[in-house]
Amino acid sequence: MTVTAHPTTASAAATPATAMNATAMKKVIILGATSGIALEVQRQLARQGCELLLVARSPQRLAELQADLLVRGAQQVLTYSADLASIQQHAAIFEFGRHTFLDFDTVLLAYGSMHNQKDSETSVDVLLEELQVNFVSAAAILTLFAADLERRRTGCLAAITSVAGDRGRRSNYVYGSTKGALSIFLQGLRSRLHPAGVRVITIKPGPVQTPMTDHLPNSARFADPEQVARDIVRALERRSPDVLYTPRIWRYIMTAVQQIPETIFKRLSF
Amino acid sequence: MSGQSAAILRKQPAAPPSAERILSWGRYPKTAHHHVHKPAWNDQVPDILKAAAPGSLLPYGLGRSYGDSCLNAGRELIDCRRLNRILGFDESTGMLRCESGVSLSDIVDVFLPKGWFLPVTPGTRFVTVGGAIANDVHGKNHHCAGTFGAHVRQIGLHRSNDGLVICNSDENPDMLRATIGGLGLTGVIAWADIQLKRVAGPWIDAESIPFQSLNTFLDLSRESNDRFEYTVAWLDCFAGKNPRGIFFRGNHAADHGKEFHPKRGPKLPFALPAWMLNRYSVKTFNTAYYRIHAARKGAAVVPYDSFFYPLDSVRQWNLLYGKQGFLQYQCVIPEANLEAFEELLDRIARSGMGSFLGVMKQFGSAPPAGMLSFPRPGLTIALDFAMRGERTLKLMQSLDEIVQQSGGALYPAKDARMSPALFEASFPRLRGFVPYIDPKMSSSFWRRVTGAQ
Repeated sequence: MTVTAHPTTASAAATPATAMNATAMKKVIILGATSGIALEVQRQLARQGCELLLVARSPQRLAELQADLLVRGAQQVLTYSADLASIQQHAAIFEFGRHTFLDFDTVLLAYGSMHNQKDSETSVDVLLEELQVNFVSAAAILTLFAADLERRRTGCLAAITSVAGDRGRRSNYVYGSTKGALSIFLQGLRSRLHPAGVRVITIKPGPVQTPMTDHLPNSARFADPEQVARDIVRALERRSPDVLYTPRIWRYIMTAVQQIPETIFKRLSF
Repeated sequence: MSGQSAAILRKQPAAPPSAERILSWGRYPKTAHHHVHKPAWNDQVPDILKAAAPGSLLPYGLGRSYGDSCLNAGRELIDCRRLNRILGFDESTGMLRCESGVSLSDIVDVFLPKGWFLPVTPGTRFVTVGGAIANDVHGKNHHCAGTFGAHVRQIGLHRSNDGLVICNSDENPDMLRATIGGLGLTGVIAWADIQLKRVAGPWIDAESIPFQSLNTFLDLSRESNDRFEYTVAWLDCFAGKNPRGIFFRGNHAADHGKEFHPKRGPKLPFALPAWMLNRYSVKTFNTAYYRIHAARKGAAVVPYDSFFYPLDSVRQWNLLYGKQGFLQYQCVIPEANLEAFEELLDRIARSGMGSFLGVMKQFGSAPPAGMLSFPRPGLTIALDFAMRGERTLKLMQSLDEIVQQSGGALYPAKDARMSPALFEASFPRLRGFVPYIDPKMSSSFWRRVTGAQ
């Protein structure tokens, strides 16, 4: 034979339910499935036998991910190619999820962009793009899914923000403010959805080794995405926490950073 | 900012962010790279190749090559570890397609529960598929299964000048044979089709037998090669011409329903001080190791990981050798020249410099899968030497003479210092290989042994 192994030939039917373990079977929508952290989260969910709907721009990359996750144990992997930064496409994404991925229970928003801060200081276009991708579009699509879960009175919404959103720093305040805004949005959303029994998780990673951070100094010392993904998957499975810092040490670091008086903080160049 | 601290900052310009320290497994030589590309998707590789200067790039995996064959000092690396997706698997035939950064460890984790195993595995599971192909690695089953490359049915290869090239036995068969064992110089492997092998489960019917001479080892090996899929020997290199050692052999065991729990071993946190590893501590270790195994001789059913990957149980064991790192010496010597092999063992024993990780195996006679494949009929031995400067290099040079005179060869994946002459003598098909090198590729090793720029 030559090759029978081809992305489309790998089917869920060929991989029996090997991983029906203790945790409840999950149907998870990943918004930004090709982002560095999402890649690791998806693998771990696949290993548990979850069903996944992956949303990202590149159909080619989605096809590669689909093949990979099916072999690794996912029960089902659907893909939808769309640009999440474009709000006009959100309705179609949401409708696809609602009709084709019936009764999904978890939505993880994992996309984001980080420009060089200097570029967004000198170009308003770059600044607005970062706001659009990280906050405006994120708030928009979360609103669609929030309404659906609220109506069904079930499920979990999670979004990856950043420790950079906890305090505006000289070197990174544009990215930080987009993520900080998203964190506050999630905080309110959590309170709104609480009566409906819908969980909202704010995920605040410290610096993680992903393509988004490769250009930063010392990126080799950043957290391992696998470890961060483990924390995220655990948070998705359990009843707590509402706000996840990962790796955990960042909860303590940011608590300390937030105590620094502004008169001193404004003089710090980090 | 004070003038003084400003001056300090000027003196130490920030390194470009990706110029991170990358070392090979032996942690010798110490090199710096100009840039490390980290593509996360295969569609990003063509642009990296296009933008690069001639002779500036080398694909890099998990860095388990011991010397400088995975390094490209002063130039650029393409770190392939994020290209780690499984692109397809046929449950009926065991044919796997995966990207080149997938590790053998990952393959075992995913496919062993489904009843499939690697057709060939080296002594560590922490190598990538790309690295296993580029070094055409071998394992304890070389006498019956050949090398890893013999089980690669097809590859997709990114070439800087002609895009993605499909190589199999019909299309571009020579490019396939050049890439197998081609040290990463022929291009970046996008994906490979590998024939996995059916196994009943994670257990091995293993047997260990102490021996006290080279002839006993050879008798054991010849007698075992027909009946056992896996054979290898550990060797006490302080014993000289008549080495004592332990012969290990095994077969995949029938499934007997025993539950398997993988263990995560300890990790060496930092490089040990060099003085801790000296001839007395190593001799003591070797004696203890021999006595323990000799006392435990016999048959047992053992988990696959302790059988195939005993060293993987201590993560970062390479830090044992201290800051200066170590060199591994792996050669093969034709069986007809057994005296040469004895002479080699004798010199190592007399030097008192050998270490505790001596491994010996009789290769089979399978034809080489690649143009620069290392395994060939004969006896191979692999031995570590802590790097102690000139005297370590001198000893290895004197071993080189024996290898070269006996018509043997040295393994590039383990090498950081062989001469161009020995490299040429080791690989008679070198000239045929050269035309297949991608013009954008080069490596520290390649420049050292060929004088290429």
